[in-house]
Amino acid sequence: MKHLLAVADLGTEGIEEVLRVTDSFVEVSSRAIPKVPALRGKTVVSLFYENSTRTRLSFETAARRLSADTMNFTAPTSSVSKGESLRDTVETIEAMGIDAVVVRHGSAGVPQRIASWIDASVVNAGDGWHEHPTQALLDCYTIRQRRGSLEGLRIAVVGDVKHSRVARSDVAAFALLGADVTLVAPPTLLPPSLEGWPVTVSHDLDAVLPKVDVVYVLRLQNERMTEALLPSLREYTASYGLTRRRADLLPDDALVMHPGPMNRGVEIAADVAALAGSVITTQVANGVAVRMAVLYLLLGSGQDLAG
Amino acid sequence: MTSEDVRRAITRIAHEVLERNHGLDGVALVGMQTGGVPLAGRLAAELERIEGTAVPLGTLDATFYRDDIGLRPLIPEAVTDISFDLSGRTVVLVDDVLFTGRTVRAALNALTDYGRPRAVQLAVLVDRGHRELPIRPDYVGKNLPTARHELVDVSDSGVDLGTVDRGGQR
Repeated sequence: MKHLLAVADLGTEGIEEVLRVTDSFVEVSSRAIPKVPALRGKTVVSLFYENSTRTRLSFETAARRLSADTMNFTAPTSSVSKGESLRDTVETIEAMGIDAVVVRHGSAGVPQRIASWIDASVVNAGDGWHEHPTQALLDCYTIRQRRGSLEGLRIAVVGDVKHSRVARSDVAAFALLGADVTLVAPPTLLPPSLEGWPVTVSHDLDAVLPKVDVVYVLRLQNERMTEALLPSLREYTASYGLTRRRADLLPDDALVMHPGPMNRGVEIAADVAALAGSVITTQVANGVAVRMAVLYLLLGSGQDLAG
Repeated sequence: MTSEDVRRAITRIAHEVLERNHGLDGVALVGMQTGGVPLAGRLAAELERIEGTAVPLGTLDATFYRDDIGLRPLIPEAVTDISFDLSGRTVVLVDDVLFTGRTVRAALNALTDYGRPRAVQLAVLVDRGHRELPIRPDYVGKNLPTARHELVDVSDSGVDLGTVDRGGQR
């Protein structure tokens, strides 16, 4: 495979391949000198039309640990502010001789379009409400690391599913690896149609929590809400927030996950992130190794990643 | 080589390692993934039998350091595991077959990311010739003249020459 655009492109085998290769890069990351020469001479560009801290830094760290050169593009400081089109921007960057583009954009489908224009590999780092495949891969890796496998695990994905590309990628990946996924959200924060989603739906978080192995809390995406979908943040927290009281309902060995950045006190209580079951910082650490595996498989290994 | 020949070769190499290094003081073994790992384990057991002390043992995967990345697949189960500090030690790299020397070149680069050994020595069960780099083994089980297209098969039952053509790549 040349590009990583959506989880479904990988299939079960492709996901498992990435997770296996990630093991090698977790070892590399644990060394005194966490750097290997595997992608020496390759250039990776991060093309970010939306704000990001962890994803952009995570990809850049991953590329550098593989000895690739990195270039950095953020829309507000570029010629985009002079009115340059997406296609012209991308073709300009490609003309400089690059091997991969890591793209984040507010509109769904932009990475697919870019992939059709250029020869370099394209990695989707989040496109609108659509997909964020490397987040799903690092979430799967983190769960597998703690629980051995996702097969048969009960995973609750809680909160703003409607606006969440993380939810779309995660649900697809969790289901491909055999987990049993329940969405918990107010009806206004679910997508208009769940046809084809391999999930069950609940509106009662208190009833779901005692029966799960993993609770995945989504960020409430205020910046994407163009209409009044919630009566108030306080009411949302009362019904769907993972408060301290609710966290006590979880089984002892349940994992608490969040893709970040957290709205502490809204979808997740400030101290819940510090619970024993919280693997939120582990997710970030694994993110670098997973992205090293993705870049290595796309650019360096000569292996076919198609599942 | 039969499995008995392999056993004798390992015993001889163990004695040579001890003779060259005046014992086991500061010596560590690192087996190269994947063929060198079981050999390093056997060599370590033999050294312990002779000297009565355990020798630090690690494994090394040099895939990410190769100059032919993309030409051969990554074996994800084959990971590096060096749980001791290499600095100041004499490291004996162990591999099954020495051919072009490119794997050893990659392994030498990989080793330096884990520390600065005092010296690195190379032990191989079979030296089949056709070197492409200035690399020479310190301990050899058997010199086996081969043609480039031939395949050396090392298994529990010994060492055989195969006829499978892999295009001269190893």
